[in-house]
Amino acid sequence: MRLVLVIGLALLAGRSALAVDTPAALKPGPGAETTAAYCNACHTSDYIIMNSPFLSPAAWKAEVTKMRAAFAAPLDDAVAAEITDYLAANYAVGGKP
Amino acid sequence: MMHRRAMIAGAGSAVLGPFPAFAEIKGLPPALPEGTKEVARYANLPEKKRLICLADRPPNYATPVDVYTEAVTPNDRFFVRYHIDAVPQPVSLNDWTLTIGGDAAERPARLSWGDLLDLPRTEVLAVCQCAGNRRGLVVPHVAGVEWTDGAMGCATWLGPRLRDVLKAARVKPEAVEIWFSGADTPPLAGTPQFRKSLPIEKAMDDNTIVAIAMNGAPLPLLNGYPARLVVPGWVGTYWMKHLNTIEISTTPLTSFWMKSAYRVPAGMFPVTLPFKSQAAETTVSITEMVVNSIIADPVEGSEGERSGFRIQGVAWDRGNGIKRVEVSLDGGATWRDALLDRPLGPYAFRRFSLDTGFLRRGEYRLASRATSNADERQADAMKVNPGGYHNNVPRVITMTVT
Repeated sequence: MRLVLVIGLALLAGRSALAVDTPAALKPGPGAETTAAYCNACHTSDYIIMNSPFLSPAAWKAEVTKMRAAFAAPLDDAVAAEITDYLAANYAVGGKP
Repeated sequence: MMHRRAMIAGAGSAVLGPFPAFAEIKGLPPALPEGTKEVARYANLPEKKRLICLADRPPNYATPVDVYTEAVTPNDRFFVRYHIDAVPQPVSLNDWTLTIGGDAAERPARLSWGDLLDLPRTEVLAVCQCAGNRRGLVVPHVAGVEWTDGAMGCATWLGPRLRDVLKAARVKPEAVEIWFSGADTPPLAGTPQFRKSLPIEKAMDDNTIVAIAMNGAPLPLLNGYPARLVVPGWVGTYWMKHLNTIEISTTPLTSFWMKSAYRVPAGMFPVTLPFKSQAAETTVSITEMVVNSIIADPVEGSEGERSGFRIQGVAWDRGNGIKRVEVSLDGGATWRDALLDRPLGPYAFRRFSLDTGFLRRGEYRLASRATSNADERQADAMKVNPGGYHNNVPRVITMTVT
């Protein structure tokens, strides 16, 4: 893991070490843009990546529901389903690496 | 921008020197979620030196563990934690006001900064620790900010007692809770503001203050400038930053942050002062901290010499004070008593140290275990709860003697 990070991060050439606070971006795939567009209104994708990969698809669904119910995220059912599917496919336990 | 993983995958067999930001983070244990290790990075913020960023918006930045070799955490290394994307602009002190109202305020009041300075002040050295500190080490992992050790700090807080502030509005005898909110405003109109409450007994406590200084200096903006609540012994969620509104109330606060978040199973963590007005059938508000300790030196993954080295760190609890810290070099199989520095106060970090003496080569699993003056000792096993709160299982630091 350490070596992988070292190689990967070295590609961020030219970026000062301590200035690396550019938030991480989500994995590409169906729903990635929708997820970023809605979720990043209130928080960076750090929150999603940090909480992976250990939540089940059902737990991700519960997180999306919480964002709607408790935090007033303006997601209609279709958007919520798209985001939930994306998180389940990309950031759930047992999902794709 | 490409995703980091995508870049990593495309890196091929490039052989390059250690990357200074990620590779150098000291003390991050392998047990953290993979995604947490991916996002964790050093960062500098205004008024801050090198913290570990877990999320930049809302800002959640941890203190690097080696800072806890000292009993007082410097302001520029003190952790930062916000729930919503809401850091306010620094207010001019000439414009600052503290509004005190509520149905149990006999005479609603508005205090200026000058009014606050006119009140008698007191000082308390106290640990501010996020309820979810060490959540990242809870197995199985639970959702939240995946802190390692750094969601805490100990500082000298100066300011008027809350009870003296409340006098301006004349507290009616039927008051049950004091409600608090700060200058942070949520990003969306419908997002609930971060609001918390205290039971009247804790609000009136000698040590509960409205801090206007931290370690002899104004509070850093990201720690609540210009005034924040300080609730010694209680977890950080009650320490309202950017405090500007107080309501003295005959009823319990029903905010999301009281009723849904920051709750633990009833009976799991005994406390000396129950928060009765917030108790439900199966859960209660998380309030008093549990006894805990951390080794700050050496850090995870480091190397030591056979001639030995000093193990050092800090211990703390809900305000009884620490009477004993034991250190293990074998992951908790055997324990030795550490030396304690003199106590700096019941709510403060107490430093401990142990000189190892000569050691054989090999891997060592260091751990510390504190006992309070109330004879409470760190848990042998995690008391599993949905929020991953109160993780006070002895923290094992793996290192090597060469």
